[in-house]
Amino acid sequence: MSRRYDSRTTIFSPEGRLYQVEYAMEAIGNAGSAIGILSKDGVVLVGEKKVTSKLLQTSTSTEKMYKIDDHVACAVAGIMSDANILINTARIQAQRYTFAYQEPMPVEQLVQSLCDTKQGYTQFGGLRPFGVSFLFAGWDKNYGFQLYMSDPSGNYAGWKAAAIGANNQAAQSMLKQDYKDEITREDAVQLALKVLSKTMDSTSLTSEKLELAEVFLSPSGNVKYQVCSPDTLSKLLVKYGVTQPAAETS
Amino acid sequence: MECVFGLVGDGFVIVVADTSAVNSILVHKTNEDKIMKLDSHKLVAASGESGDRVQFTEYIQKNVALYQFRNGIPLTTAAAANFTRGELATALRKNPYMVNILLAGYDKETGPSLYYIDYIATLHKVDKGAFGYGSYFCLSMMDRHYHSGMSVEKAVELVDKCIMEIRSRLVVAPPNFVIKIVDRDGAREYAWRESVKDTPVAQPEALEV
Repeated sequence: MSRRYDSRTTIFSPEGRLYQVEYAMEAIGNAGSAIGILSKDGVVLVGEKKVTSKLLQTSTSTEKMYKIDDHVACAVAGIMSDANILINTARIQAQRYTFAYQEPMPVEQLVQSLCDTKQGYTQFGGLRPFGVSFLFAGWDKNYGFQLYMSDPSGNYAGWKAAAIGANNQAAQSMLKQDYKDEITREDAVQLALKVLSKTMDSTSLTSEKLELAEVFLSPSGNVKYQVCSPDTLSKLLVKYGVTQPAAETS
Repeated sequence: MECVFGLVGDGFVIVVADTSAVNSILVHKTNEDKIMKLDSHKLVAASGESGDRVQFTEYIQKNVALYQFRNGIPLTTAAAANFTRGELATALRKNPYMVNILLAGYDKETGPSLYYIDYIATLHKVDKGAFGYGSYFCLSMMDRHYHSGMSVEKAVELVDKCIMEIRSRLVVAPPNFVIKIVDRDGAREYAWRESVKDTPVAQPEALEV
């Protein structure tokens, strides 16, 4: 039945669905997950790295977290090659805005411009939509810290805590249970690691399988994007009791 | 000939423009308002080719309004000034606008500010600025009498000094001026300084009787 409406992204099925868009979302459901938590003094992003091979050399320190501008960063779940295109356009948009107004681009506008691009591929007939979900963490002078989640259809919304990728529903419901307003950044890191440790397939968390990045204000009042080093991350994991110390085997 | 000037005071900006619409040696009217309200807290005082002036300032005004509609937040004065400069700069190499602009605004975070933008897309943040033949007189008046943190009364006094100087020293002095202010409460007309009035045109219905 659905075959006739599969081949084009731009055509509704008789039930009023866009299959290609739904498939794209399905694809993200298998990707490494990412969690974002908004706290009163910053935004926390954690991501699960899918380690494909021990022999693989990664050129960058992060594979799921990307800095878009000085005040915005994002976490990705989905097809990385698609994500690279979108990240590139987002960076260009942010710079274009700065060029025109000599001010950092408001976070929601950046997310919106990216989602416009995503939406375009569900209507104007590219071969397929972008198979990517994003978590955007940022700060601007109008609305302070913000966290946005976007999906392949081009929908986006602001969240206090959100999860994308594999097991995102389980993660989402855990976040819903444990999130408190007025949460501090430190507690947010702990909560994010805890949730990820429970929703990930692997039995024990290690810093090789994880990425942690934060957006916050430095004491001088500048926005800072900071990626947690593997060493500090390992210590955090032990501190919060979400993993066994390296020496032991479980 | 044209005189547009402005200065930043304590929590406000005051801008002044002559109100003469002139072509060659002919004065068409003396009540042409050359200071446009860009949005609730911004003013643009412009001089230059009158067609370009109206066209360009309206274009900027509409774009600032569009930004506000789309994004639900207003542009800051600095952003609006940089945008205006950018538009002038791109136009400069294609079909340049002959307009000089003083952009005044008030922002919650940064307070009052005044930007000087000329037709070749120069942008400066200034405390006092002027365009046109009148600038020769008001700039020196303001150099002598301006100080930071002036009250509205002191600023208006200085503005009147400038107008007086223009009227007494400039051969082609315009007769009338409009003074506008922008502060925390918004942009508004403050006063007119008129030495001649256009004779009121008889209304059609008055003629019929």
